[in-house]
Amino acid sequence: MHPAPSVIFFSVFSGLGFGLLFWLGLGWPSATGIVAFVFFAIAYVLAVGGLIASTFHLGQPKRALKAFSQWKTSWLSREAICAVAALFLMAIYGAGAVFYGQHWRVIGVLGALLSLGTVFTTSMIYAQLRTVPRWHMPLTPLNFLSLSVAGGALLAGQVTWALWLILIAGGVQLATWIIGDTRFAASGTTLATATQLGGIGQVRAFEPPHTGTNYLLREFVHVIGRRHATKLRVIALGLMVVVPVILLLVPFSHIAGGLALLAHVAGVFTARWLFFAQAEHVVGLYYGKR
Amino acid sequence: MTELPQSTQKKLGLVIDLDTCVGCHACVISCKGWNTENYGAPLSDQDAYGAAPSGTFLNRVHSYEVQPDTGPAQLVHFPKSCLHCEDAPCVTVCPTGASYKRVEDGIVLVNESDCIGCGLCAWACPYGARELDQAAGVMKKCTLCVDRIYNDNLPQEDHIPACVRTCPSGARHFGDLGDPESEVSQLVAQRGGVDLMPEMGTKPVNKYLPPRPKDQPPDLDVLAPFLAPIDQEPKGFLGWLDRTLDKI
Repeated sequence: MHPAPSVIFFSVFSGLGFGLLFWLGLGWPSATGIVAFVFFAIAYVLAVGGLIASTFHLGQPKRALKAFSQWKTSWLSREAICAVAALFLMAIYGAGAVFYGQHWRVIGVLGALLSLGTVFTTSMIYAQLRTVPRWHMPLTPLNFLSLSVAGGALLAGQVTWALWLILIAGGVQLATWIIGDTRFAASGTTLATATQLGGIGQVRAFEPPHTGTNYLLREFVHVIGRRHATKLRVIALGLMVVVPVILLLVPFSHIAGGLALLAHVAGVFTARWLFFAQAEHVVGLYYGKR
Repeated sequence: MTELPQSTQKKLGLVIDLDTCVGCHACVISCKGWNTENYGAPLSDQDAYGAAPSGTFLNRVHSYEVQPDTGPAQLVHFPKSCLHCEDAPCVTVCPTGASYKRVEDGIVLVNESDCIGCGLCAWACPYGARELDQAAGVMKKCTLCVDRIYNDNLPQEDHIPACVRTCPSGARHFGDLGDPESEVSQLVAQRGGVDLMPEMGTKPVNKYLPPRPKDQPPDLDVLAPFLAPIDQEPKGFLGWLDRTLDKI
């Protein structure tokens, strides 16, 4: 799949933003006043910034409001609704913390759950697609959720939680990669099933429909990323897990915490880029490509 | 609404005969011609006369080489467009309700004034049937020429999709695949029509008729090795030249 920068930015930043909102909603940290304002500002910049970035890949962004209508069947629509509901509730909760020094617990917990729900619905947009076997598994939502909660803990300054959650997220990420590698073969989709010509003999794509490229090839066939996949995985895991864990284990300072956060986010970016670049859509088979 | 109908009154679709398709791409051209001039946004091209031309097509013809265990390889031309699936994954993923499947005839359509061009339906389609038009920013797909098949301004013989109307080899058939008595359903039954990627669970309406078995080469006469060779040794000047050049 084509790793569109807008979608990668969106999913990484909104994942972090909603992860932070999750912790804030639960009352960890239970800050008030100006400190709470800074926490909420960071969370909203990340979450809303991510959502705005996601509209950049739309062909007709001016009609984006229509995307709220099809929650009965569409995960994308559910994501839009969940995101707005989470941002709305957390704004009320945040106002209470910033201006009144109050933590309205019920609203906070509801907002925290909706924040997680937003990340879950985002991940289900990918996990629902049978056409991309690497994504079509329960590990995809687990991968998104674990990274969001871990990154959120890091942003929220919950050092102990962050330490363990980053380790868990790293484990889930490894499993996602290793099991993901087997998914295309396990899906059973081949050029033979795509063309139904396998009964005659060995099928080979002889000539594409056009000499040039097209939307399908640009969107679904991306080979460059896979060449360095192993190196990038090592880099991603190092930045995402190893560096932050070491920095969190040394006595806490804000500089070490900031560096841990930067490394973690860079690692998540690399992993998210690979999430798209390595994913293979079955339509590539028709073109003799993967 | 992007909920799929429980059932449709008709299942209009195409039956494509891989045995007779000659790979001329006439259906591709007639499809582009009709659909760029009629319903919805035109099918745009980018850099059409430049170094890297690319454009929106609703129908594309692939060609595959199939190598049997014995005998020569076969070349199969393979037209591919929207299969108007009964369980169309492209419809349910649509966040705006722009994609829908019609109850009356089962045609899968895009309401372009509701499409935000997010591309998710194209991601959900295993067949590559949907293409986001780069000029209009909306999703384009085969409409089964919905603006031809019910169009009273056209003569009766044109009440079929442009690709079917134009196919010079009779490889494309249009009809109601929900009616077991229809000509297309009979054809599918006789020729063993198949679904593409059945494991995807999309239940395509369009069916593909597999190539018929090829003729076997006739058995050679058992006495053939004993027959005098037809290809004789050259005589005269050519014979001398042949022998002389052999010696050098």
